[in-house]
Formats: sequence, structure tokens, C-alpha cells
Amino acid sequence: MFSHLDTKSLIFGRLDLGAFPIHEPILVATFIAVALGGIAVVGALTYFRLWGYLWKEWFTSVDHKKIGIMYIVLAIIMLLRGFADALMMRTQQAIAFNGNEGIFPPHHYDQIFTAHGVIMIFFMAMPFVTGLMNFVVPLQIGARDVSFPFLNNFSFWMTAAGAALIMISLFVGEFARTGWLAYPPLSGADYSPGVGVDYYIWGLQVAGVGTTLSGINLIATIVKMRAPGMTMMKMPIFTWTSFCTNILIVASFPILTATLALLSLDRYVGTHFFTNDLGGNPMMYVNLIWIWGHPEVYILILPAFGIFSEIVATFCGKRLFGYASMVYATCVIMILSYLVWLHHFFTMGSGASVNAFFGITTMIISIPTGAKIFNWLFTMYRGRIRFEVPMLWTIGFMVTFVIGGMTGVMLAVPPADFVLHNSLFLIAHFHNVIIGGVVFGVLAGFNYWFPKAFGFRLDAFWGKMSFWFWLVGFYFAFMPLYVLGLMGVTRRVSQFEDPSLQIWFIIAAFGAFLIALGIASFIIQLIVSFMKREELRDLTGDPWNGRTLEWSTSSPPPDYNFAFTPVIHDHDSWYDMKRRGYTRPLEGFRPIHMPKNTGTGVILAGLSVALGFGLIWYMWWLAALSLVAIIVVSIVHTFNYKRDFYIPADEVVATEAERTQLLTRKA
Amino acid sequence: MTTHITHHEDAHQAHHGHSDGHDAGHGSMKSYMTGFILSVILTAVPFWLVMGDVFSSKAVTVALIMVFAAIQIVVHMVYFLHMNSRSEGGWTLLALIFTFVILVIALSGSLWVMHHLNINMMPVSPDMMRNAP
Repeated sequence: MFSHLDTKSLIFGRLDLGAFPIHEPILVATFIAVALGGIAVVGALTYFRLWGYLWKEWFTSVDHKKIGIMYIVLAIIMLLRGFADALMMRTQQAIAFNGNEGIFPPHHYDQIFTAHGVIMIFFMAMPFVTGLMNFVVPLQIGARDVSFPFLNNFSFWMTAAGAALIMISLFVGEFARTGWLAYPPLSGADYSPGVGVDYYIWGLQVAGVGTTLSGINLIATIVKMRAPGMTMMKMPIFTWTSFCTNILIVASFPILTATLALLSLDRYVGTHFFTNDLGGNPMMYVNLIWIWGHPEVYILILPAFGIFSEIVATFCGKRLFGYASMVYATCVIMILSYLVWLHHFFTMGSGASVNAFFGITTMIISIPTGAKIFNWLFTMYRGRIRFEVPMLWTIGFMVTFVIGGMTGVMLAVPPADFVLHNSLFLIAHFHNVIIGGVVFGVLAGFNYWFPKAFGFRLDAFWGKMSFWFWLVGFYFAFMPLYVLGLMGVTRRVSQFEDPSLQIWFIIAAFGAFLIALGIASFIIQLIVSFMKREELRDLTGDPWNGRTLEWSTSSPPPDYNFAFTPVIHDHDSWYDMKRRGYTRPLEGFRPIHMPKNTGTGVILAGLSVALGFGLIWYMWWLAALSLVAIIVVSIVHTFNYKRDFYIPADEVVATEAERTQLLTRKA
Repeated sequence: MTTHITHHEDAHQAHHGHSDGHDAGHGSMKSYMTGFILSVILTAVPFWLVMGDVFSSKAVTVALIMVFAAIQIVVHMVYFLHMNSRSEGGWTLLALIFTFVILVIALSGSLWVMHHLNINMMPVSPDMMRNAP
């Protein structure tokens, strides 16, 4: 590390002009586009004098609703980046035949598929899910905020800081070429000497802090802050699945942190945990990372199950069929998700008894999942189904997810897995469950809760366009991969020899193009809905005739969510309140105790980016300086006693009077 | 109007119940002293076992030290971390059990898996291969 000490490397570490990809025309063009876009955004914000507003009302906000929205904005931005990677891969594989190199040389293609996986899981799916949980859970349990509002803001900014590090790797240096889990020995110092894997490690470590803390925060919120009368078995099902998800986060993310820490010790100080020689064992890394990795899959899908449960009950106008069985199924999945990790490496060489055990536990986990599908079906049975956009996503999910689940059970059979392991069949399977489950779920939830967040519904026409493009596009993009996988085509290949395969890749590329139209329709939907917001305005706060507590407040909810803490008698509490002729209290308001905004989260996260950047490029002075700064800022923050305030009763009265006026206008 | 007054009072009472539950988590001077003396004993005995060469067999000494260490953990959790089946309405105990289950799964599973891998993936003769587990 310190072999040649000179001033330049003392200041810049291993960063030099060669790190900037000026010889890669695609990256230069991307950089110019991003830079122009960035300048335009910054210019517009400055011109319209929005910086102060953004800083005061959003960046430093400890309001769980605003933090939830910021998470989702981050997720949508990262979706665009991750999807651009997907389009590039599909294009490359559709044309790289018969000696044609395609558009990307292998070293660039390898970075693209790694970035695609990392971004989609850690910086698209995770923030989207966390954002929805953040926004919805406190409203569903009748709370005014989460347990630790500052921690919530800090968690968001740490996630954003991790995303920023990954984005920096696009233009400064390179990203990992190892696949999204960075298996050693390939990710070790010998085979990946560059900065790519270090970007990967520090991006994930920084974001992991945010994820773990937000998990702790939401568990505490759900355990301690439920409205009076809401026992565990009266909680809305989305809150239940969020609860289990956050337990999984808190129990599994430390394993990822530890594993990556061991890998960084191997890379930075020359230990031999995961090397091939001197007693190291790369297979231990694979074992450890999947002990985290499998629960991670359920961290993503459980909230989606919760979203679908809420939507099915609302749009069928019925109680959810089998509420208790849904809760138990979720808890069983939570435990079982820790007993299946080896099915990700059946082929690594365990004996028959190990493979049989993990194969069987994997098949068992499909039982509670199947029970959930039947619960949704029976909820729909004889319901008055309204085919609004969220319900369409739900039905699309049920059909698609069942196919993905069945191919999953096929992969769970160890002898079959020896044929299918690391083939495109596997790629098709996990996209089938992640797109069909998680992506459909978060988009359903987005359409469902958008009116609650912004006070107007999303345009249904463009929502339906988006849905159909996504659904059809998904089948075109991934069914060919099942076929190719059964023919033995492996994943992560940038060029092909056999011309007979090309037609399948062309069909898959067409599917990706349809999904691109789906994403475009989604963005058009946002724009059109914003233009037509007066027409789509939700005056009642209950646009879908909802059943849970979040629909009892105005849309958007006031800062304090509920002027009076509601009292719960039944698990569809808002439906129950409506049925019993609930009248809104109109007087007797009191000052409301609320947490105060703080900029500490932004500062700490910014310092973490500097720390990560210093560690990645061996700029030790920068790393040391930012670490010291992080500690100092954290200590100084503990002396900040001005962390709460009261919303005066007058203001509450005014806000509630405005609501009364809106409700009368509607009537 | 009556509805909202009841709501308000219920919410208020719930708040009191909440803070009562919080107070339950602190120990008394007596419990701290009990914990302290127990942990001193549990530390001193293993020390004596090693320093005084009490057992001729090293394995017995090691096993006994492990037993004392395990009891020590329990003493700390009960007397210093105030964990019992009632604290936080049982959530503390539930969290402890969950953590324990996950740890046992992760550790024993890893040992089992890595043992298999070590046996199967090391260079072996065809004869050993046939007898692999």
C-alpha cells in the first residue's frame, strides 16, 4: 500500500487522470447528458429559488411521510439507471453473434451486469419498499411519526449516500466486474486489483447502515406506537408484513456487513479469510453472503405481499380472507427464510444429506406462500371487484408470481439444479418473482397510496398503459430466457457462438423494449396526473373506499397525521369506524408535540460519501478526516436539545377547519 | 361530540400505561449487587481452575470454563440488562429467543455446510469419493 510514497499519491491516492473514462465514447456521452441534465436541474432550482424550500421542507425533514416520499424518488431515479443497464445488456446479447463483438467489450459488459444487479436490489427495490413502509406504517397504526424521527432522516441519507458512491463509479474509475454478490476469489485483491470492488464494498456498507437503522426504527414504531386498542392481531396486514420484514432486516444485514468487512480486510490489509491460499476459503464467503442473501429476498417480497393484501381487500369490498392464516404464513416465511440459503449453491460440492435438507426446506417455504395466493383468490371470490389500476397490478402479480414460484420449486430440486444452476433459467426465475412480485407490488402500492401522499389520484389511462406494457413486456423478455436456460445457455455471457440462439435473444430484447414503454407510460402518467390534478383531486381523504386507518385522515395528511389518536376496535379499523357512523371531532383540539427538523443526517451522510471515496481511492487523509468529522458531528448532535416543538392549538384548529370545508364541498 | 371526548381520554390513558411499562426496566441496588457478586464468583472460579491446576485433563478445564462463561452471560442478561419474561410486555424475551434461534441456525448450519465442502472438495482418492457423506 505504501510502496511508493510521493506527494501525488499522498494527496490523490491511486486516483489519476486515467481513472476518468475519456476513451469510452458511450460513457462520455452519458456523462455529457447527465452533466447537462444536472446543470439544468440545479439552474432551475436556483432560478425558482427552491433550494431553501427543499432544504427546510424536505432534506432536513424528520416527517416520516416526506422521508418515505424521498426514498421513493431515489428508487425511481435508480430504477431508470438500473433499467438503462438492462436495456444495454439486452441489446448486447441480441447482436453479439457470429463474431460480432456487440457494443460493449467484456470488461465493460461485466460492469454493466454487476451494476444492474446491485442497483436494482439495493438502490431500487430496497428504497422503494422502505419508502412505502415509512410512509404507510405510522398512518396505518394511528401514530404521528416513527419512534426515532431523526434516525429515520439519517437512514434515508445514508441510503442515498451509498447510491451516490455507486453513481460516482460510473464516471470516476470503474465498477466491480464480479456479479452482484462479488464472490471471491474473483473479488479478491489478486483478481480485482482496481477500485471496482471497493466501490461495491463501501457503497453497500454505507447504505447498509441506513437500512439496518431504519429496520430498528420501524420495529420500535410498530411495537410501541400502535393506537390504543390495536392489538397485534388487529394490525393491518401491510403493517404485519412490514414488521416481519424489518425483523429480517435487523437479523440479517449485520451478516452482510460482517462478510463485506472480512472481504475488505482481505483486500486492504492482506488477511486470508476468502483467498485460495494460506488457509483462506472462498466458499465461506458464498455461505455467509447467502445467509444474508436469502432473507433479503423475503425482505423485498413480504411488503409486496402486504400491499397486495390491502389492495385485494379494498378493491373487492371484502374483509381479507383468512387474516390470521395470512399473519401466521408471514411469520412462518420469516423463520423459514433462514433455513434455505444453501439452495443458492447446491453445486458447490456439499454432500447429498446437506443438499437434500436444503432442497426440502425450500420446497416447504412454498406452502405458506401458496396459502397466501389462495387467501387472495378467496377474497376475490364473490367480491365486487373494481378493476382500478392497483387491482390490475395485483391480478397480474398473482398470475406471474405463480409461474415464478413453480420454476422456483423446480430449482429447489438439487439434481435439477445441477442442470439449471447459473443458467438463464435461473435468471428468468428470479426476474419472474422479483418483477412479478416486488416490482408489480411497489407499483401497485405506488398507485394505491399516491392520492394519500399528494392529494390527487394518478391518471388511470396511463396507469393501465403502464401495466399492460410491463406485463406483456415481462413475458416477452423472460419466457425466452427459460427456453435458453433449458438449452444450457449460462448467465453473464457477452458474446455467443451458436447463431440458432439469436432469435430468442431478439425476442427478449423486444420484451425489454416493451418494458421501456411501460416505464415511459409511468412517467407520462405522473406528468399527466400532475397537469390534471384539479380534476383528480381527492377531497375526502378516502378515494378508494379504504378499510385501514390511513384513509381516515385528509389527503395529504396534516403534519401531525391525526388530531386525536384514534381508538381501534377491529382490524379493518377505518371500515369499522365508517360502519358505526364515525363523526370527525370538530373541537377540543390541543397543541401537538412534534419532532424538529435537523440537518445532521445530511451532513453525516455527506461525510460518509467522503469517507467511502477516500477509502476507495486510498486517499487516507480524506478517509481519516471524514471519519473524525463523522464522530465529532455525531457527538455535537447529542448536545442539540432543541429537538421538539408544539404545533399550537390554533394551527390545528385551522387545519382541521380547512378539512371540514373540503368535506362539505364534496358533500 | 361524545365520541371524540372518549377517544381523547382513551388515548391519554394509553399514554400513561406506556410510561408505566417503561419504568419496569430498572434494577435495584440489591439486584445490581447480586449480579456483581455472582459475576465475580463466576470469573474467579475459572481463574482458580487454570492457575491452581485443579484438573489434570485440559479438556475438562476448558469444558468447565465454557459452562461458567455461559452462566456468566445469563447473569449479565438478568441482572444488568434486566431481561425477564415480563419486561417490555414479553418482547425482550421473544427477541432473545429469536436471536438465539437465528444464531444457532447460522452457526451450526455454516459448520455443517463447510464441513461437507471441506470433505468433498479437497483432493481425494476415488475410494474416498465413493464413501463421501
